[in-house]
Amino acid sequence: MKPEHGESRGARWFAALTGSAPPLTSYPASVRVADAALAGEPARYIAVVLDPDNRFPRVRNGEIGLVEGWELARAVQEVVVADRDRADKRPIVAVIDVTSQAYGRCEEGYGIHQALAGAAGAYAGARLAGHPVIGLIVGKAMSGAFLAHGYQANRLIAFSDAKVMVHAMGKESAARVTLRSVADLEAFAATVPPMAYDIGNYASLGLLWRSLAPVNPETPTDADLRLIESALTEALVDIRADSRRDLGGRLGAEHRKASRQVRALLREQWPQPLS
Amino acid sequence: MNTQALLERASFIELDARHRARALLDAGSMRELIDPFARLTSPWLVQQGVVTQSDDGVVVAKGKIDGQAAVVLAIEGAFQGGSLGEVGGAKIAGALELAAEDNRRGVPTRALILFETGGVRLQEANLGLAAIAEIHSAIVDLRRYQPVIGIIAGTVGCFGGMSIAAALCSTLIVTQDARLGLNGPAVIEQEAGISEYDSRDRPFIWSLTGGEQRFASKLVDAYVEDDAEIIRATAIDFLRRGLPAINRSERCAEFLACLAAVDAGVQATPGAIRAVYQKGL
Repeated sequence: MKPEHGESRGARWFAALTGSAPPLTSYPASVRVADAALAGEPARYIAVVLDPDNRFPRVRNGEIGLVEGWELARAVQEVVVADRDRADKRPIVAVIDVTSQAYGRCEEGYGIHQALAGAAGAYAGARLAGHPVIGLIVGKAMSGAFLAHGYQANRLIAFSDAKVMVHAMGKESAARVTLRSVADLEAFAATVPPMAYDIGNYASLGLLWRSLAPVNPETPTDADLRLIESALTEALVDIRADSRRDLGGRLGAEHRKASRQVRALLREQWPQPLS
Repeated sequence: MNTQALLERASFIELDARHRARALLDAGSMRELIDPFARLTSPWLVQQGVVTQSDDGVVVAKGKIDGQAAVVLAIEGAFQGGSLGEVGGAKIAGALELAAEDNRRGVPTRALILFETGGVRLQEANLGLAAIAEIHSAIVDLRRYQPVIGIIAGTVGCFGGMSIAAALCSTLIVTQDARLGLNGPAVIEQEAGISEYDSRDRPFIWSLTGGEQRFASKLVDAYVEDDAEIIRATAIDFLRRGLPAINRSERCAEFLACLAAVDAGVQATPGAIRAVYQKGL
């Protein structure tokens, strides 16, 4: 892989998947956007990467900050606007390795919630408009950062690897908010699947379309790249064959029984009763 | 507000979630779906020895507002800080999905969401997060047909993934007691240190994320008194206006231009934030 893309797992996979297509220069260093092929057709790839020189001090460790949220929104909106009058909507691939949203005074004050809504809303809007959206989790997919970048995808694919982590909050903060010790939190995480931090437990929730185990998840080998490219291609075919544009495909697992039960009851009670 | 006006008004904040929903809907029109007698409680809290609540902290109320079909989704801030777990999250997402389906069949059902929430219920972590992603999706779907009205009355406020949900709404109404922000104060203090964010300094927290500041910074659409009639009338007014020309969450060019003007080298102040957004939005 090119050494200049050696800074993080997400950046390396983004570089491998986009090959010779250069990242668009109209985006900041923290948001990588490139138009490259997926299964022989044009697609847009998007990643948030480490930017140690970020203008905003609280966004120097790979977090999604104010600018990142709005730039993600712009990267997705651009594709939606460009394809507005086309029947064949371009696929969008979110390469996900995001440590968290940014925590800071400036971020709260300028409305980071609104910036992340920009990103989440753009991805959801693209999916509803018919763009196949695929989320590829290669590293961390944490909390608000994941909500902004990837969680709105039609299909989620994750590496089954010890460094892959999906969660709502880091352990120390989660312990503080729930008035537990980190040890207690870990004890519950070991027996309550939605509380766990590892990808195996996450997979049991039925939210992933597929998990894959590349030989070298840090820096893809040629075989790893082919493995992931073929999974992305299959996801694309699967999305195109599906008339549904919502997230209903995530409700099938045993651990989401209550989510299905609530929806069934709501549907039953929704119509006005005859009076 | 003088003493007489204070005595005569009906406080909205003092109402629980169920009564807030009733106060918004046309008199006599409310019908609750999956009410507490359905006893659909969190399957995850009980495993951790945490007491459940028979509505899981979310009220789904169908009825009419301004004579037209509506559903109110009211989060009960008094149960587990208004946090969203699997059941409560599914109630909100599922009801919004049905409202969008109604619109596709020609029934113009609207939705109003009452946000009193710290975000994901950490005892159900990843299922709360997943439900919130589904709520985001459903709001974006429904807002294509009808305005989705968000109301943050207080006093819990609206944080975490649900602050993103609020920011996806077509219109946001807040009071002085409301707070709206991504990260809860204690979490920012934990992650970034007390000099960055002092979670015990209440005037500081409200000066940055309180309803008045959010309105002055154009991050919400209406700033109203804590009065049930005024809140209902404001919601009806926004519903009558129809869909906004552009949703706030779609205004990336304007927000990026505003942020380009921010000096990230100095700490943000409420005044600087107001100035930037009043000029650029």
